[in-house]
Amino acid sequence: MKPTLVAVRAGLSRGWIELKQTLTTQSDLIGLAFRIGVVLAVVIWTRHTHLPGTDFSLGTATLVSVLGLNFVAYGVVTMGDLIVVEREDGTLLRAKATPNGMLGYLIGKVVSTSGQVVLAVAVTLFIGAYLFTGLTIGRAGSWLTLIWVLVLGLLATLPAGAVLGSLFPSQRAAGPWWLLLLGGLTAISGIFYPITHLPVFLQWIGQAFPLYWLGLGMRSALLPNALAAVEIGHSWRHLATFGVLAAWSVAGLVLAPVVLRRMARRESGSTVAARREKAMRAT
Amino acid sequence: MDGVLAVRELRMRYGKTDVLNGVSFAARRGEVLALLGPNGAGKTTTIEILEGFRIRSAGEVSVLGVDPAHGGEAWRARTGIVLQSWRDHGKWQVRELLAQLGRYYAPYSTADVARPWDVDDLLEAVGLTPHARKRVSNLSGGQRRRLDVAIGIVGRPELLFLDEPTAGFDPEARRDFHDLVRGLADQEETTILLTTHDLDEAERLADRILILAGGTIIADGSAEELARALPGQSEVRWTLDGQRFVRSPDNPTAFVRELFQQYGESVEDLEVRRASLEDTYLALVRQAEQGAPQGLAAVTA
Repeated sequence: MKPTLVAVRAGLSRGWIELKQTLTTQSDLIGLAFRIGVVLAVVIWTRHTHLPGTDFSLGTATLVSVLGLNFVAYGVVTMGDLIVVEREDGTLLRAKATPNGMLGYLIGKVVSTSGQVVLAVAVTLFIGAYLFTGLTIGRAGSWLTLIWVLVLGLLATLPAGAVLGSLFPSQRAAGPWWLLLLGGLTAISGIFYPITHLPVFLQWIGQAFPLYWLGLGMRSALLPNALAAVEIGHSWRHLATFGVLAAWSVAGLVLAPVVLRRMARRESGSTVAARREKAMRAT
Repeated sequence: MDGVLAVRELRMRYGKTDVLNGVSFAARRGEVLALLGPNGAGKTTTIEILEGFRIRSAGEVSVLGVDPAHGGEAWRARTGIVLQSWRDHGKWQVRELLAQLGRYYAPYSTADVARPWDVDDLLEAVGLTPHARKRVSNLSGGQRRRLDVAIGIVGRPELLFLDEPTAGFDPEARRDFHDLVRGLADQEETTILLTTHDLDEAERLADRILILAGGTIIADGSAEELARALPGQSEVRWTLDGQRFVRSPDNPTAFVRELFQQYGESVEDLEVRRASLEDTYLALVRQAEQGAPQGLAAVTA
């Protein structure tokens, strides 16, 4: 069998093992439950408020938009943070010392973080469908839209996360930026409140990033069609959603290998040892 | 050609500082080489250049017949690196991790070398069988280092790099590790390049010792050859008519022969101590630092 194919399969198994580890590690599970819990609490809090201009529950609309947030939370932040952490602790160096190990490592990361995104979306959706009414989960079209947004969403976010992760020097340095990224994007992407209520220039900035389109895509899949009326252009804008997410995917897939290779080239036993010493002194 | 390693006039410069200026040495198949030298002498830099993790400034380097700066994945599969683990793969089970990392080597199996090493045999060889199902984060320091060794050799490397392999080992773990390394060299014909600060370890493991100081190799030979190259390091003690004597002759054998010829049976409590590797090492490094490498050419040649 071809060595790269062997590495791809080893990477798939690596990702699956890591996903299982996440689901059997208490701290990881508590983190996952906490994130979903916070979202549900916000949604329940706003369930009697109406989406402006409609008599539809803002809570239900938020629940759907938040599904899009999972891509940034896991696909970008978790992915990026893992790369920072695992470069620091030498996981990446081990991959580099193994034939085709970097390929396997990356495939593993893609599988385990995608798994977390899908899991978070599924659990949130499952609990949401149970607690709230108004989701259009009975339509075949809903699922079709959900799937293409999901796939394109992963392609748009995972490479971006890997690129950002390669650029930060340490987990300590990365931490505040992840919070800023997550908080900032959420604020301008119409996740908790419609984007049309923001100043126009912020709407433009928000529309430049995938998060807005992921929220929109999820709403188009799971909310009644009539609600398209309150979106920008009074439409679900599927074509634009596809275009923007595809552009981010292409940019990420082109950029990620270059940036990752550059980052990996610098790794050696002494760079990991130097970081270890620095971390030991800091604690 | 059975030359596994060939380094000629290797140079490394960081900014304006020359870390290596003209390092040359070679290794044959199945040979264990210990690279010694004071901190900052360039041991790690040298090893990382050979591992293909660092690009040299100048010189010729051939590792398994390939320039490591352009070593592909097939070349990588024939080398093994024992890295010092810290907290990587903490959630993985020992056996699971070895099986995962071993998979990548399978396509590089040859008629001579079946890759990877069978996981259960490997666990047995490094003494981790009872801990196969443990999470890596729950291993003790010594067990962790054994896992590092296991990961380094899972692909049955033809050449193994060990950078300070036994730092932090207890005496028993150290002994087990030495047996394992000698076994790899003797039975598997693995060529091994190790750096260490532990001179007993170097003497016990290495067929050949290289001393790196001031950016060049100042000595290259077995522990005995190195000791012989530095006359006046041996010690002869004896008593004659109840009086104790100590001398450091250039040639202890000739000296003792003469001693007996002269005094015959009156010589008692005779003791001849060859200089320990530590003595030799310290003397050589001191000499190099004072800029007097003459007299060592014989050893380096």
